[in-house]
Amino acid sequence: MSTPIKTVAVCGAGGTMGAGIAIVAARAGFRTLCYDTQAATLERSAKDTQAFFAKSVERGKLSPEARDGILGLMSRTSDLTDLAECDLVIEAVFEDLSVKRGLLTALDEVCRKDAIFASNTSTLSITEIAAGSSRPERVVGLHFCLPAQLMKLIEVSPGILTSKETLAAGLGWCAAAGQTPVLTQDKPGFILNALLVPFNNDAIRAIEAGVATAVDIDKAIKTALGYKMGPLELIDLVGLDTQVRLCEAFYPITLDPRASAPPLLRRMVAAGLIGRKSGRGFYDYSGQAMFGA
Amino acid sequence: MTYAIIQNGDSRSFPEGDAFLAGGGVAGKAEVLVLLGRPRLAPDPAKAAVLVELETECLGFHTGEDMVEPSNVVGFARYRNGNDAPSPLVELVRQPNTTEDALAAARALFEGAGLTVVVSGDQAGRIIDRLVRPKYNAALKLLDEGLASQKDIDLTCRLGLGYADGPIERTMRGGLAEHHDISAALFQVYGTPAYAPARKALVAAQRRDEAE
Repeated sequence: MSTPIKTVAVCGAGGTMGAGIAIVAARAGFRTLCYDTQAATLERSAKDTQAFFAKSVERGKLSPEARDGILGLMSRTSDLTDLAECDLVIEAVFEDLSVKRGLLTALDEVCRKDAIFASNTSTLSITEIAAGSSRPERVVGLHFCLPAQLMKLIEVSPGILTSKETLAAGLGWCAAAGQTPVLTQDKPGFILNALLVPFNNDAIRAIEAGVATAVDIDKAIKTALGYKMGPLELIDLVGLDTQVRLCEAFYPITLDPRASAPPLLRRMVAAGLIGRKSGRGFYDYSGQAMFGA
Repeated sequence: MTYAIIQNGDSRSFPEGDAFLAGGGVAGKAEVLVLLGRPRLAPDPAKAAVLVELETECLGFHTGEDMVEPSNVVGFARYRNGNDAPSPLVELVRQPNTTEDALAAARALFEGAGLTVVVSGDQAGRIIDRLVRPKYNAALKLLDEGLASQKDIDLTCRLGLGYADGPIERTMRGGLAEHHDISAALFQVYGTPAYAPARKALVAAQRRDEAE
């Protein structure tokens, strides 16, 4: 699918998600500007990006020439005014409404009037984020999945004031970037997290209730349903602290009891058992290599 | 491990033609008794284990819940979505007084038949239905509310979460009326809204009942 978008900026490109989104954009042939307020994190993500593409070459997925071409499309900056000529700005900054609104307000001053602003939020309302911009009709949700450089899915969500043209442009860009967009309303958690966060909490509550062990719950889910990971393995991977944060984002809005953080989850976080990144969560990872290494 | 099958009716775990049925021997000589198809429990303390096939009921329905003696009775259900072929998963169900030896015998029998075994407490829905029915109800509700199309809800779960199939296509394939029946049974026990059958499932059950 063709798209009039030629230049993409990713805000928060020093972070894991932002860096992955930048890879998606550059790999699809878009000139990609990686923006982050912290130059050091940009440098680190640039090294990670180079390592990622080096691996792609090693595995025969990419020629060295193609790799060089992609990396040549990517540039880095900590100066927001460098985003002036971007067609599409995708924000993947800290998941905080005031931070995202503040960024859009600043982008209003810098970017062309016809630029499109996209938010990668997973928990916040696109409409509420768009309220930080003087042009909410040009704001759309583009929620990538982790790891963004590997996952094809993007949840595309229009806010209340998003124009049809902006929504179409967002969908068109996803397709042009080789991604698979799904259209969802601007509701808490969109599709993915609306189903996943309560489900993961239910699995924790099953342990609390003495139904089964974490190992057996994961084994049952994978065997019966064909899931690649069990819910408790997945929580360990994303982090128990992250699961608490997701609960704290969803429960006050939805008042769905399944979205509230189970007591066991909170106790484990308090004990420092937050999953793979701490070496122990529902499973013990001591002595194991980092995931994906 | 030798086993004998005592079948009282159709079995969801081991439908007609399943290789496991052919492996059963004579009850008197078998180490394990396998009771299938809405069985009536006949205790046999001499056996390594007496296995009782469960549907939505708890094992306590068959054994009573006031036993104080160690028990060799183990509940089980092989997970199956509607009329799909049974999955390799067998959920064993234990009660507080179920012996480790009986559990070990049940595990050895099913694993020897190439199945994957997990152990659940004697709680409604065991592991799978306890966890997936609220999710299926939620997905059906999101569809009703227009959050996204069925295709996109299912696609999101497949691409974003690596599921083999989406929650709605799976529920539809398994039968909305069957989903209703299982959810309703769980709702009766837990009383929480998550188990209340979604509107689409309720309608399917009403239409089925009307047709019957």
